[in-house]
Amino acid sequence: MRASKAIPAPRQRALSTDKIITLALHGLAGAVLLLLLAFVGHIAWNALSDFKLELLAFSPTGIGNQLFNTVYLVFLALVISVPLGIGGGIYMAEYATKGRAQRIMRISIETLSSLPSIVLGLFGYLVFIIMTSSQWNLFAGALTVSILTLPLIATITEDALRALPPSYAKGSYGLGATKWQTISRVLLPAAFPAIITGIILAAGRVFGEAAALMFTAGMSTDINWASTDITSPTNAFNPFRSGETLALQIWASRSESLASDAEAMANLSALLLLTLVFTFSIGARALSRHLNRKNLGENK
Amino acid sequence: MEISEVVMPNPQVLVNTQVNAIANEALGNAFTVENLDFFYGSFHALKNINMDIKKNEITALIGPSGCGKSTFLRILNRMNDLEGDITVKGKILLEGEDIYADMEPIVLRHRVGMVFQQPNPFPQSLYDNVAFGPRLQGITKASELDEIVETSLTQASLWNEVKDRLHKSALSLSGGQQQRLCIARTLATRPDVILMDEPTSALDPISTAKIEELALELKENYTIVIVTHNMQQAARISDKTAFFLMGDLIEYNKTKTIFTEPAQPKTADYINGRFG
Repeated sequence: MRASKAIPAPRQRALSTDKIITLALHGLAGAVLLLLLAFVGHIAWNALSDFKLELLAFSPTGIGNQLFNTVYLVFLALVISVPLGIGGGIYMAEYATKGRAQRIMRISIETLSSLPSIVLGLFGYLVFIIMTSSQWNLFAGALTVSILTLPLIATITEDALRALPPSYAKGSYGLGATKWQTISRVLLPAAFPAIITGIILAAGRVFGEAAALMFTAGMSTDINWASTDITSPTNAFNPFRSGETLALQIWASRSESLASDAEAMANLSALLLLTLVFTFSIGARALSRHLNRKNLGENK
Repeated sequence: MEISEVVMPNPQVLVNTQVNAIANEALGNAFTVENLDFFYGSFHALKNINMDIKKNEITALIGPSGCGKSTFLRILNRMNDLEGDITVKGKILLEGEDIYADMEPIVLRHRVGMVFQQPNPFPQSLYDNVAFGPRLQGITKASELDEIVETSLTQASLWNEVKDRLHKSALSLSGGQQQRLCIARTLATRPDVILMDEPTSALDPISTAKIEELALELKENYTIVIVTHNMQQAARISDKTAFFLMGDLIEYNKTKTIFTEPAQPKTADYINGRFG
């Protein structure tokens, strides 16, 4: 005799399917997490087992200069692409007349952000180095990677502005604000947490970029930390000097370096780069969360 | 005049309008609307509207959905300009000045504020919400802004509830408080007229009662035009009521008259709930 509480067969099947799917997804998530941990662990182990303090030196024997170059290059690239990208996003969301031209522009922007970086690197070399008859330099590298980051920031800014409730703009116009006052005082601040995400993604691309920088920012670094003249080709802050980044250092150490500690240098560079990206993205996310809380009033 | 007699079948309204138009300032009109036609693209949304809106009164606009009452409200501070393809014919005078011919919309909107159906505070602090309008007008001095914020919040009967949390987000308030904040934000621009577009339709009964009470207090100093779906609300708070139907102003009179002895059968039908 079947109990009256027995679950009918179709419901029973639905329940088992539910259990299987839940298990499978948890399993997959665990596997990915393990892979990530193994990966980070491997990098950290390799880097720390050959660790020597002089590898961190800010001199040709260490990678301190490369670390500095990486941070400086990201900074330069963001200085170029954040204002232009946000400006482009504002234009696309608020000013461009809807229609075909806007759709074509959007597709072009999205395509631009997914160009293979070696193509960009050669383009940057042609335009920013050969055509300007200059030497490899950080500024040219920053311009080149901006071709990747600018469309990323523009797209995210546009999406963030479009996602805002139309009542914000109405309220602002209703109080007698002009279009620009509405954008700058209401819409942009409201969209800011989302725009930060775009900037993190963009910075992430620059941190890890190698191919686009090889022929633009260059593969050599010669910094004289005592220099106080920013126009000097060895001054750390001169954007018109060449500067190798960590990602390029890894590639160079692993492929063509003849130095005895090349492998240790590559391993340590990898660990440093990883730490840098983690720190940056955790910091930026914390900032974004903070702003979001401030805007949305969760901090009662 | 034949056409307008067809559209405006109530001779009393027509006479009133003409008399009022002549002695506009003397009778204390905030708005004088003359022969207004309004089009969205080719859609004729409002047809030959003539109407005076008195100072320091609450004027209610009623009618079924799509009758043009909200469209009419948005004409009064040119919010319809944002909708794109629109045409306005006729004259709308704000204390004698033609708001479409002689006034920049941003100037008009300082003088004619608007409270929307859904409370729409900006995702900023309460203080910044209220100070938004004054800052647009170029006021930057902290002491001056502090005073405007306090006065406006007091006028909107919100000050006591929020004075300790002025720098918290406006979105942390309840719906009714948010709507009173939006009223305070409008008051802070020191308008002459406040337009309210179904300001209580998203609120609970207690918050609704507070907003109605507030409207009655505010009419001492401001002219209020309110669109409402709620006929009891119109009857409770307004001095004059205008009934719109399919783009026509069917009847406009003292609220008491409209609700007790409407001149038009259509008005009577609507008020008695026979359609709408």
